[in-house]
Amino acid sequence: MADVVVQDMPPTVIQDVSPLRAFWDAFKENRGAVAGLFVVLLIVLIAILADVIAPYGPNEQFRDAVRVAPMWTDGGSGRFILGTDGLGRDMLSRLIHGARISLFIGAAVMGVSFIIGVLLGLACVSLGNTVDVVVTRLMDLIMAVPSLVLAILVVAVLGPSLTNTIVAVTIVYLPRYVRLVRASALTELGKDYVTAARVAGVGPWRLMFTTVLPNCLSPLIVQAALGVSDAILEAAALGFLGLGAQPPTAEWGTMLADAREFIRSNPWLVTLPGVAILITVVSINLAGDGLRDALDPKMRRS
Amino acid sequence: MLGFLLRRLALTIPTFIALMFVTFVAIRMVPGDPVEVRVGERGISAERLEMFRHELGLDQPVWKQFADYAWQLAHGDFGSSIATNQKVLTEFSALFPATIELSVAGMLFAVLLGIPAGTIAAARRGSIYDQTLMGLSVTGYSMPIFWWGLLLIMFVAERWGLTPVSGRIDLIKYYFEPVTGFMVIDAWLSGQAGAVKDALHHLVLPAIVLGTIPLAVIARMTRSAMLEVLGEDYVRTARAKGLPVWRVISVHALRNALIPVVTIIGLQVGALMAGAVLTETIFSWPGVGKWLIESIARRDYPALQGGVMLISSVVIGVNLLVDLTYGFINPRIRHG
Repeated sequence: MADVVVQDMPPTVIQDVSPLRAFWDAFKENRGAVAGLFVVLLIVLIAILADVIAPYGPNEQFRDAVRVAPMWTDGGSGRFILGTDGLGRDMLSRLIHGARISLFIGAAVMGVSFIIGVLLGLACVSLGNTVDVVVTRLMDLIMAVPSLVLAILVVAVLGPSLTNTIVAVTIVYLPRYVRLVRASALTELGKDYVTAARVAGVGPWRLMFTTVLPNCLSPLIVQAALGVSDAILEAAALGFLGLGAQPPTAEWGTMLADAREFIRSNPWLVTLPGVAILITVVSINLAGDGLRDALDPKMRRS
Repeated sequence: MLGFLLRRLALTIPTFIALMFVTFVAIRMVPGDPVEVRVGERGISAERLEMFRHELGLDQPVWKQFADYAWQLAHGDFGSSIATNQKVLTEFSALFPATIELSVAGMLFAVLLGIPAGTIAAARRGSIYDQTLMGLSVTGYSMPIFWWGLLLIMFVAERWGLTPVSGRIDLIKYYFEPVTGFMVIDAWLSGQAGAVKDALHHLVLPAIVLGTIPLAVIARMTRSAMLEVLGEDYVRTARAKGLPVWRVISVHALRNALIPVVTIIGLQVGALMAGAVLTETIFSWPGVGKWLIESIARRDYPALQGGVMLISSVVIGVNLLVDLTYGFINPRIRHG
């Protein structure tokens, strides 16, 4: 009898679409996001190959060519495509090496705050009320101090350097990750599949990291992507205030601060590092927005 | 309502205590001796040095210093600046109106452009207007505002000479005693011809720079809130009644879409304070942001400590106010 029923049903073709494929199909519909991703990948490539493609070293000085104009303006030459700065260093080479520093800061801040955020967030929901209250209060405190003011305070304490910039910016952006993990883990913990896992005897570690965590990842990934751009901006702002990477490091914000005195005489020295920051941050944000739309089922196909 | 108010107020107390503790510990860890900074390079006799230390309370044990600090704060004493010997609160209060003036102007710029921009983008969803506005919004949101400020100075102020480069008013042409601390109002009160116009001229560029990121955020938020509301039944009903489209959008839809937008505006205060640090530094705007950066350069740590406490208190206070207002407007939150 059962056989007959099965035979009567029309053959259903189950299309096996992998999650990655489904994600890419949703992502590629957003042209801005694809363009953003393309530019981000290009900048990553430039950063990795900086030593190969930069025409000169980032700190190599040409005493005979101080503040040379870019090649397309009067007085420019093919020797220095984007001109040279106040100390006769090639702008193009410095910008290329700057990409490496900015992306490194962005990636480091994202990586560290992601890991600590997940640990603290999961600790909040699994280690009892005291831990939860202490961590949540601490995060509220960090959020109450304006981001740059807090970063300035941290750098003032630790002293200005590239490493301390990363520490400061990580502290500033940590609450976002903690709150996100805590909130989504709390939602997930109330669901039936978690209860089922518990009943089946899954231990607390496994429950948190294998059962709950993967289901909290989508918003976290989006936050991480957009967090990279925020970290780059914040680090550049610190550099600009003289509290970030120190000269002669070819960091975009620091380069801008150095160029300030030439704002009247050599405007391109001010323009170029800012353009580099803007392009990088815009393309990361575009790609991040696309990521969010593609990962959020509510936004999909709307 | 009273219970809600008290509960929210009580929640800020541990935040304040923690803030006090963190600023205290942080400032103790700052490298560099404040006494040496004050006496300068030449140095002074050991007795005078001891006297200075005693005066600043630096010869006390650390826990005693913290207790004293907490006691002082409880009495509204945020310490004295080492560099100027003035009360931190006095310096802060003198400079804060400049920051408020700049922030209000920046926020006005952001709101007055952001809400219409978001509304147009939502009403013409997918059109070239929508795409352009949202492209601009991503750019604004991603803007390194310190560079944006320099760029505007370079073109608008230097090349085209449309606005002054820095400061709040032309001090050679106009002089009057500050009454409110708000330059535009003081200029108006002084009655000097052209003073208000000059003050506004000085305000335009910094306000645009500070307002850029909030503008982008508000435009985006308005767009998504409008899109949500435009799909509601009452909007369809209003349209079906034969009301003109612009009326449905600007009256029926926008009014409801504004609730989340108002919250976002309130929550921008922290971002405004962070932006003010950069904006004031670029435009030599004599507010608390610039003062904070200068305090670091002078290793004036009581000023830095008090400044961070005061700025954070303002942000906590305003966020509390936003929460309460929101709870007042929307009863569902009150009992949550």
